[in-house]
Amino acid sequence: MERQEPATQLIARPPEPNEPELSLTMYRTMLLSRVLDARMLALNRQGRVPFVVQCQGHEAAQVGMVSALRRGQDFFLLYYRDLAAALAIGVTPREVMLGVFARADDPSCGGRQMPEHFSDRRLRIFTGSSCVGTQIPHAAGIALAANIRGETDVACVSFGEGATSKGDFHEGVNFAAVHRLPVIFFCQNNGYAISERVDRQMAVRSVADRATAYGIPGVSVDGNDAIAVLHATREAAERARAGDGPTLIEARTYRLAPHTSDDDDRAYRSREEVDDWRRRDPIDRMRRYLEEQSLLDSAADEALRREVAEAVDDATRFAEQAAPPDPATLGRHVYAE
Amino acid sequence: MPICTYLEAIRDTLFDEMTRDERVIVLGEDVGQRGGVFGVTRGLQAAFGDQRVIDTPLAEVGIAGVAIGAAANGLRPVAEIQFADYIHPAFDQIVNEASRIRYRSNGVWGCPIVVRAPFGGGVHGGLYHSQSVEAYYCHVPGVKVVVPSTPADARGLLLAAIRDPDPVLYFEHKAAYRRIRGDVPAGHDAVPLGVAEVKRAGEHLTAITYGFAVHTCLEAAAAVEQEGISAAVLDLRTLLPLDREAILAAARQSGKIMVVHEDTRTGGLAGEIAATICEAAFEYLDAPILRVTGPDVPAMPFSQVLEAAFIPTAAQVAAAMRELARY
Repeated sequence: MERQEPATQLIARPPEPNEPELSLTMYRTMLLSRVLDARMLALNRQGRVPFVVQCQGHEAAQVGMVSALRRGQDFFLLYYRDLAAALAIGVTPREVMLGVFARADDPSCGGRQMPEHFSDRRLRIFTGSSCVGTQIPHAAGIALAANIRGETDVACVSFGEGATSKGDFHEGVNFAAVHRLPVIFFCQNNGYAISERVDRQMAVRSVADRATAYGIPGVSVDGNDAIAVLHATREAAERARAGDGPTLIEARTYRLAPHTSDDDDRAYRSREEVDDWRRRDPIDRMRRYLEEQSLLDSAADEALRREVAEAVDDATRFAEQAAPPDPATLGRHVYAE
Repeated sequence: MPICTYLEAIRDTLFDEMTRDERVIVLGEDVGQRGGVFGVTRGLQAAFGDQRVIDTPLAEVGIAGVAIGAAANGLRPVAEIQFADYIHPAFDQIVNEASRIRYRSNGVWGCPIVVRAPFGGGVHGGLYHSQSVEAYYCHVPGVKVVVPSTPADARGLLLAAIRDPDPVLYFEHKAAYRRIRGDVPAGHDAVPLGVAEVKRAGEHLTAITYGFAVHTCLEAAAAVEQEGISAAVLDLRTLLPLDREAILAAARQSGKIMVVHEDTRTGGLAGEIAATICEAAFEYLDAPILRVTGPDVPAMPFSQVLEAAFIPTAAQVAAAMRELARY
């Protein structure tokens, strides 16, 4: 049977973004995320932390998504792979590491959840669980409340392509579509739900194709191109704020590391495939872009990398020395106090 | 609303609270234009508009999940699940999300939602319009579970549920909707959650119960009174958190306790109540704790004969009261 072409629009990078400061900030955040992620895995392999989730390869998609929105004003609902997104919103490396070491002062959860379950009321990052896709209807509810009060805040909810097979995705997207709510459904399609390739997950070519079933725009964008993602997300935000309802964005990317520190991806994908994607590393691509634009040279890049490494060292030392939660607090916050 | 039905008490309370607090919204299947399949939300959309009284798609995960999100952004959603039997798809949203939001954010976020659901049998609802689902949720710290038995409690507990900062499941018994009438004094305010009420005082034994079974127990207590048995009826009203003090006080007072509920027996509330008494008031007991409950069958059948055989009757409760009194 012939498959139909995707009914979606592929967003290309705009010719002249001309936002040097933003581009450099995005690059710095992507680098920070990569170095932090590598450190977290090293800490796990050294036996200093029991578990981490890995973000490597997703940095352009996440930083592009966040950079299109108003941080501290628009709501974000993240999932466990969104380290770079959290950093872009304003979570600090020290805060991330407090979570990795499950310390009392971890602002996301005080060490109650696994690492990278980001939550910050001040930054309008709503708390999430480890369940896949359950945050999607929450985004519709957040946007509903904003709509009722006549506010222009957008709810941006992030998830992997695996989540789009779940009922929560369907029910959340459908509700937002029916009520034309200001939501951005941002899917990071890395081709695998743990071990299951995307062709075992869906019979459509692109997650964006699913949008037609809800009567909303679906766009597919190169998720390794931060500037293209920024552009696509801005368009979605404009539609949302104009009262034109939600957009489903698929950012096509690749997870360069296993699913988590407990996963072994050799069981389900070839080294050739991974190496091929390493050659398309979104951070190298962003660096080349900045060099082409004469915004970065090798000396500046080296300085940036040193600065990021120092921030990660500082965060690691800080969090490792921080106090764990007091066992006496186990029973707190079951109900309002 | 001095004398009104249980259903009218819920409807009028929703109206009053939506008038008082503009953060309160109602959402669910058929709740708007239709006013709900039982008419509980009738007139609300006309009064408050379709932005605050929202007809949702037929999707329970979405209803619960949207309510959670709306609460995170400052609203006080009252979500309706059309029948408690259909709450099961939303179990994940209620258990893994709503109940854990405060705990998992270390007290930073809350989830002030109410999920209303008509439950219970006796209205020829068959397997999928008669279920009692409360016990599942009584195992979930982080939610509160409320079951009113009278119009006054329906009002008082609903006000408390909407004003509560945590998720509350509010189960309303369908058989009570039009059958149970009662006085709701003007200005009747919130009934605190977690506080049981003695609906009938008695010396020889206490029936601990909730929901429509409160009325079954009151009828049984009136029947055995002529035989010289003085039975008290304790209405739990809130099932989570349980009013342990009231339960223990009843055990200490008469030493003879029975627990009555329509829900099935194994893993039902009666077991928890019996364990609570055995742990903390064992030496006061003069008899085994009896349970009068629905049988351990999957759900209540449609046939009138089978339905009647499922639901604990006043005659069965009266028989248990006699047995307990004789012991």
